[in-house]
Amino acid sequence: MRVPFVGRRRALVCREAVQLMAGYLDGALSPRDRARVEAHLSDCPHCHEYLAQLRVTIDVLGRVEVDDVPAEVLDEFVALYRRWNAG
Amino acid sequence: MGAEEELVAQLRAGDEEAFAALVRMYHNRLLRLAQTVVASRSVAEEAVQDTWLAVVRGVDRFEGRSSFKTWLFQILLNRARTAAKRENRTDLLAESDWDERFDGSGAWVSPPTHWSDLVDDRVVAQRLAFRVHDILPLLPDVQRQVIMLRDVEGLSSSDVGTLLGLTDGNQRVLLHRARTRVRHHLEMEMDTV
Repeated sequence: MRVPFVGRRRALVCREAVQLMAGYLDGALSPRDRARVEAHLSDCPHCHEYLAQLRVTIDVLGRVEVDDVPAEVLDEFVALYRRWNAG
Repeated sequence: MGAEEELVAQLRAGDEEAFAALVRMYHNRLLRLAQTVVASRSVAEEAVQDTWLAVVRGVDRFEGRSSFKTWLFQILLNRARTAAKRENRTDLLAESDWDERFDGSGAWVSPPTHWSDLVDDRVVAQRLAFRVHDILPLLPDVQRQVIMLRDVEGLSSSDVGTLLGLTDGNQRVLLHRARTRVRHHLEMEMDTV
């Protein structure tokens, strides 16, 4: 019986492609897995969109800010700093 | 020398203004990170205060092999973990994957709606960032630590691996789960645009 794709691994299904995306975005996949993800992405508009959404998600996360430190907290820490330095 | 390295050098020389500037820059970020490790706000505040004391006492020993930020976060996480042990809080690493999005063959049950190209201006992105600010506390602790350090604070995967004691593989699984949840919330938000 002939086995198709001898020496190659079968194509990824969507679930696997999605599971590999964090590694893909980190540039941490093996060349072979990266090629498999890219082959899947070029064929699958859903996973292509999903990856674009993950990129948006990361971009948005990078825009999350914290509130300013209240003046009284800052004063309190400067007072502590003086005490620590004195001790 | 970058602005931050300069502040650290000034702090080493005992400059109070430099200390105040670093507190202004990092205090709430430390508090946010501490709250991923300990449950109570007051315990988190205590861990942050201990961290600042350790910084003042230990800045002479900071050799700059890591960034100041990574060094600072390392101190905070150590303090917070010690406090968490007293709190008897355990990290929940085990959690099932969200695989009901896919059918038995591994295909999407219901494919993602298309919205990524709608987030093309700063106003929408900024609005989503406000939303994410509210979503982050809802994530499980370890996922929140990973996504906060990686995507919010922008640390490298190797720094985060060291800080949290996670293998690359585990870190990636946790990051993936956390991003999946945040993405899900962004999708709901985009549905209302």
